[in-house]
Amino acid sequence: MLCELCKQTQATVHLTEIVNDQMTELHLCEACANQKGAQVESHFGLSDLLSGLADFSKPQEPEEVPVKACSTCGMTYDDFRKVGRLGCSECYPTFKRSLGSLLKRIHGSPIHVGKSPLRLIKSGKVAKTELLELKRKLERAIADEAFEEAAKLRDQIRRFEQQEQQAKHKK
Amino acid sequence: MAKELDELLKQPSEWLRGVGPMSEIVMSSRIRLARNIEKLSFPTRATKASSREVLGLVRDGVSRSATLTSCLFFEMGELEEVDRQFLVERHLVSREHIVQPDAKAVAIGQGEVISVMINEEDHLRIQVMQSGLNLKDGWSLIDTLDDELSETLPYAYSSDWGYLTCCPTNTGTGMRASVMVHLPSLVIAKQINKVLHTITRLGLTARGLYGEGTEASGNFFQISNQVALGRSEEEIIENIERILNEVIHQEQAARESLMTNNRVQLEDRIWRAFGVLKHAQTMSSTEALDLLSAVRLGVDLGLTNGLTRTTVNELFLFSQPAHLQKLEGKTLTAKERDTKRAQLIRSRLGGQG
Repeated sequence: MLCELCKQTQATVHLTEIVNDQMTELHLCEACANQKGAQVESHFGLSDLLSGLADFSKPQEPEEVPVKACSTCGMTYDDFRKVGRLGCSECYPTFKRSLGSLLKRIHGSPIHVGKSPLRLIKSGKVAKTELLELKRKLERAIADEAFEEAAKLRDQIRRFEQQEQQAKHKK
Repeated sequence: MAKELDELLKQPSEWLRGVGPMSEIVMSSRIRLARNIEKLSFPTRATKASSREVLGLVRDGVSRSATLTSCLFFEMGELEEVDRQFLVERHLVSREHIVQPDAKAVAIGQGEVISVMINEEDHLRIQVMQSGLNLKDGWSLIDTLDDELSETLPYAYSSDWGYLTCCPTNTGTGMRASVMVHLPSLVIAKQINKVLHTITRLGLTARGLYGEGTEASGNFFQISNQVALGRSEEEIIENIERILNEVIHQEQAARESLMTNNRVQLEDRIWRAFGVLKHAQTMSSTEALDLLSAVRLGVDLGLTNGLTRTTVNELFLFSQPAHLQKLEGKTLTAKERDTKRAQLIRSRLGGQG
């Protein structure tokens, strides 16, 4: 089989990717594959999908001012739409409104549940245990009238408490 | 070529040992965490100076971590291309990590169980990889290491959104847990598409070995979580393990059915593969993967006497381009590699020199 790019040399590199059940194949010679490098991967990659998602959110979501730039790295929301990657941690608070709804669309939830950095726990910036942290988030969600989230958090707290109960019984 | 890397060459990677729970179907379990340092540009947008600063900070953090005592440390820019490729083949760095290697590095600890990529898409990509279905142990190890690193490195974190990452698909836990499974019988029985389809509907994704997929690359599939936000690390791991047990069960059922209803055809397939591997004079890596997959199935079903899973697993790795070149100690063209590959496999399987 000949390389699909230069159509001159025998193809020795065979790439296949499955995204949502759909298979794509690419057969290249060594030289073309090296030249393409990681491009090949990103060609089918998440960033396309993501910028698709970000575009999709355009008409219905609260819109960021497209020229508003992150004060730390200079990225605008338009830049982000194109590449699907954020520039630095400060982009998150900068594009809070649009990112919030994007994150919810990607993950099905906009609230982090899970571990926190030890340093922040020690300095008291986040609650000591996951249970306390969940309860704090539940209060916030209720105050924000985000009832769907609140219901989810309530379920998580219940499951946590049940686990603790079971652990006690074992002892 | 880097001396420390030659030491790695002497032994197979941890994930190839072929032991651990469900190792007849599960090759390896891997967990990775994406972490960043607050207020510094992510690697995709960083200046050279800022990337070097991150490299220095993380290197310092790594040196203070008890879990990473006496780890190996490589700057990607200082390695030869073949050495970089060698690390990719061992799953110690990603393919992305060796493109534009400037200011990128990797720390490798505890045999090859732990690797920390610096300045990949995120400032840190922490990885733990072990043989067999072993996500829970992997989580407890990576959780400890992550805590140690967080003592010295100011991680980018928000209490609402969790760990802040370059790509919003990782935001939250920053965790991807993935399991590499060998599913030859589901492929033979043409059930694999159905299984993969179901997996994607349950919030998981399937990819091939090194990102490639399908029957052509040895019937290996990497199954991992899609969602990183709104679920705790333990929940994500439990979900994967639960679905994976079902996939394993399906593969076992397909193996049993092949053994009961098509035993002659199955054995024929395995022994033909064995015959070709033992006698071929030239072989591409795709063909090798395919045939080794069939032989591995033979080992798992107890059809091939005297051949161990470890031998077959090692051949999967050592027949890769960079490994062949490291074994030979020089650069080889694709054609030369095909000859060397066939020779290596023949000698390891006891065929004609």
